[in-house]
Amino acid sequence: MDLDLCQGHGTCAEEAPEVFAVDERESKVTVRVERPPEALCAKVKRAVRFCPTGALSLTED
Amino acid sequence: MTAVNANAGVATGAANHPGGAPPPRVSGGLPVLGHLLELRRQPIELLSRAHAECGEVAELRLARLPLVMLYGEEAQEAFFRAPEEQLDQAAAYPFMKPIFGEGVVFDAPPERRKEALRNQSLRDKQMRGHAEVIARETERMVEGMGEEGQIDLLDFFAELTIYTSSACLIGKPFREELTPEFARVYHDLERGTDAIAYVNPHLPIPSFRKRDRARRRLVELVTEIMDARKRSGQAKGDLLDILMRVRHEDGRPRFSADEITGMFISMMFAGHHTTSGTAAWTLIELLWHPEYRASVVKELDELYADGSEVSYHALREIPQLENAIKETLRLHPPLIVLMRKVLYDFHYKGWTLEAGKLVGTSPAVSNRLPECFRDPECFDPGRYAEGREEDRLHPFGWIPFGAGRHRCVGAAFAMIQLKAIFSVLLERFEFDLAQPPATYRNDHSKMVVQLAQPCRVEYRRRPAKARA
Repeated sequence: MDLDLCQGHGTCAEEAPEVFAVDERESKVTVRVERPPEALCAKVKRAVRFCPTGALSLTED
Repeated sequence: MTAVNANAGVATGAANHPGGAPPPRVSGGLPVLGHLLELRRQPIELLSRAHAECGEVAELRLARLPLVMLYGEEAQEAFFRAPEEQLDQAAAYPFMKPIFGEGVVFDAPPERRKEALRNQSLRDKQMRGHAEVIARETERMVEGMGEEGQIDLLDFFAELTIYTSSACLIGKPFREELTPEFARVYHDLERGTDAIAYVNPHLPIPSFRKRDRARRRLVELVTEIMDARKRSGQAKGDLLDILMRVRHEDGRPRFSADEITGMFISMMFAGHHTTSGTAAWTLIELLWHPEYRASVVKELDELYADGSEVSYHALREIPQLENAIKETLRLHPPLIVLMRKVLYDFHYKGWTLEAGKLVGTSPAVSNRLPECFRDPECFDPGRYAEGREEDRLHPFGWIPFGAGRHRCVGAAFAMIQLKAIFSVLLERFEFDLAQPPATYRNDHSKMVVQLAQPCRVEYRRRPAKARA
């Protein structure tokens, strides 16, 4: 999550509300679950892909 | 100071911090005006020459003001990541102040600007409603167009995008109170962005006088709308209503018609000439490339064959069309130079950009750098297809919307808007060039770049069965 780039559009929170939330006061997104379970993988990938500012990235371990 | 950072300097092969070298200067430039006249005449040639002569850091002069241009992915990333306390946007665009008026947007402190970023109307949740509005406005524009004829791309898209942006950002009731005159006057305002404003934004030249007349006329038009609302006493529930209801403690209205007009101008400004120009250039590029156009029309025909709504598809992927729009944005970025004022010294590699100078990047030049784009001069929407994705690969190289914290907040809205507009237009009409291909070009004499007129195309309504 690159906070330099996040503008708080909330696209990720729409795609995967289980993982992302918009902080209305700061106009930034917060990550609620650092290591989302396998089941949410597709949703999280969509969130990363559709982030309008490219602020999100996914690492596998 | 230099001693403290000596190690860093050795390690990177350059002094990274205070005491860095001044940027190399671009050749030419007149004694008093510097490169200002060249910027007004042939800005893209000037900005490319600066890169060719000096490399990633190149200093020009706009009258007395030095403008340091940064080129290439790495330098552009440094530019876009800099905090706004260091690189300030407002001070870099003196030609905007007489357009917006006092106290509007660019004059607001960073905290106020942050609030504007939170602008609810640009949130994802609102987008479906926007897409519906845009599709309907486009249908209204083409309603009276008959079976065939010609349109002027600048006039057509400039008027359409006045309606779409006012309806989406301010509210549908306000949009219904607008006439084509509003779009025409608004255009005069956009034409009042001569770079000579770097000398003085109030010089008595015709385009500035026209600009000031246009702004006064817009205030009159908004005042008439406000008066009519006061007389009727009916609540319309849009942003104008809300602003009219805000009061000082003593009960006087908080905002004058002048201030409200300024806010509306500024809200619509960023999304207007940009979207209008991109729509026009997308159509021109599609007409220049008939094979690709056929693939876009086929894609739309298939998507809408089941009678589904434009507002449904505009929010989803329409890959061929989207890639054509992205490629149009790369080749014809509506903003050809993005600027900031340096508030405290900015260091990049071995160079120091001193406080007080302007610093800039150029989407027009960087979107065509061969290190980011294969065959950069070639219209190739395939570069955004899965597997290549040159825009995602180079987030600080593909910069028609800028990048970083100042990246266009309306980018997603713009894409939805363009997808909705072309869903309607290409489903209903076939288009053809009405002029020799090379006569479609931009007019660069103002900072707000617009198509040079004439820029006419022919249209013919498609038979209903072709769309079935």
